[in-house]
Amino acid sequence: MAQTSETVEAVWRLEAARVVATLARYTGDLGLAEELAQDALVAALEQWPAAGVPAKPGAWLTAVGKRRAVDHFRRTETLRRKVGELGRELAIDGEGYEADLAGADAAADDTAIDDDLLRLVFTACHPVLSAEARVALTLRVLGGLTTAEIARAFLIPQASAAQRIVRAKRTLADAGVPFEVPDGPERRRRLASVLEVVYLIFNEGYAATAGDAWLRADLCAEALRLGRVLAGLMPAEPEVPALVALMEIQDSRRHARTGPDGEPVLLLDQDRAKWDRLQIERGLTALVRADQALQSAETAQSAETAEPGPYHLQAALAACHARARTAEDTDWPLIAALYGRLVQQTRSPVVELNRAVAVGMAEGPEAGLAITEALTGLRAMQDYHLLPGVRGDLLFRLGRHAEARAEFERAAELTANTRERALLLARAAACGERPRRA
Amino acid sequence: MPRFMVFIKGDEGSEAGAMPPTDLFEEMIAYNEQLAKAGVLLAAEGLKPTQAGAKVRFDDKERRTVLDGPFTESKEVVAGYWLLQTSSLQEALEWVKRAPLSGGATLEVRPIFEMSELGPEFTPELREAQQQLREQLGG
Repeated sequence: MAQTSETVEAVWRLEAARVVATLARYTGDLGLAEELAQDALVAALEQWPAAGVPAKPGAWLTAVGKRRAVDHFRRTETLRRKVGELGRELAIDGEGYEADLAGADAAADDTAIDDDLLRLVFTACHPVLSAEARVALTLRVLGGLTTAEIARAFLIPQASAAQRIVRAKRTLADAGVPFEVPDGPERRRRLASVLEVVYLIFNEGYAATAGDAWLRADLCAEALRLGRVLAGLMPAEPEVPALVALMEIQDSRRHARTGPDGEPVLLLDQDRAKWDRLQIERGLTALVRADQALQSAETAQSAETAEPGPYHLQAALAACHARARTAEDTDWPLIAALYGRLVQQTRSPVVELNRAVAVGMAEGPEAGLAITEALTGLRAMQDYHLLPGVRGDLLFRLGRHAEARAEFERAAELTANTRERALLLARAAACGERPRRA
Repeated sequence: MPRFMVFIKGDEGSEAGAMPPTDLFEEMIAYNEQLAKAGVLLAAEGLKPTQAGAKVRFDDKERRTVLDGPFTESKEVVAGYWLLQTSSLQEALEWVKRAPLSGGATLEVRPIFEMSELGPEFTPELREAQQQLREQLGG
């Protein structure tokens, strides 16, 4: 049966991560593995349209990649022992890939591939790489995205996207990053780096504005997909399903968070009928899995109570809003308490500001305002428009309209987003006339 | 990213309430696990035979008739579904092709209308009306 190149590319997307992961273990070099996998894709694009997709396309691609690896090592003559190793795995002199296929198939047991995938994740997200390099490399090797797709998603020229990937591979090679999953405390630190990449991809799509929003919303879906893959690979790590829960619940509000003209709609003003209930359900299910993983971790550590990680707390926060049928139903005391725990972990003034909002809802504007007082002196918060924005709201509710107006105007000055500025100026105007100077 | 509903049709066996043989069952679970691990599976359910269900016929604006199962046209009966999210129809088809089925079984793959694709027929007024309805129903 004749196949179109579209079919080949679709198969590629299914198989890319596993092929790259297997080749990276064989060669011990992620950068090389990625190139070999690309060679295999080119071979597939040449052969499959006429010959049809092989019964085991993943094994076929891997076998071609391994063969190219042998060619590569022979050519470079640098790693004779590598040729020896690979030569035992492959029928080097054989014609076609059938002999390789049998071997590849036998080796392709699922646990082994999962282990390789995990190594791939941790290597592509290695902290030695910049955040944008990790993001590009992860989308490339785990997501199976083309350079063109990555460029489109990040609104950068294709050459820049290609450059990011080339540089990332070189950095990994120069730093001699081994293709392995770290153990012990190192693992926790590196896992944070992995999850950060996934959440960065998600936020890149989530923060997209009207014009490109539909295109970039795909990044949210891509991040969710990666998150689900990770959750399958690391079921015992509570932060992994927690991140999936957080992303599912945030993404469930996609259709509610902008108005007809693309203007942002704040969480409490959103039409909750537009929230995707099925997606919320998936998010809550993932949160349950995170809770269970945390409980198992507690049992394993016996005495010590495991504290939920930052994604876990954020997912629990998102779930609070998702469970409330109306804005009035929101459990503000619980949200304030969760923010309190998150502040303990992150020491972030932005999280503390969120806590001020929640406390302002739970206990009244006075209590919220008191928390913001401590933040106004912080250098890090000097140019952060949401601080005066929140203070303006709390002051307004206290009936201190003149002060509220000044805060809203300050916030409008600080924001770079034109729609947000309009919103803030409207709130300033709603505070009434500016008092005349004497 | 587009979503796809994949329908599996019933036959006399499924309509009679017969469970698939254990090995097929295991293969199907393994297949679903594969989909889940690849991050493309959003939902999957099997449906009970039509005998357990019913139809509601809308005779005119007021009158409704409830027709108890089983439904006779068993070839057209949906016996289960998957909800997949992939980057393209081709990718969805590649996943569907890997289902552990044989013997002329047919899966139907249908793209889901996304909000962004609803045409001019779905006017702002209609959207508004649908939202109001959902609100009355409590979301």
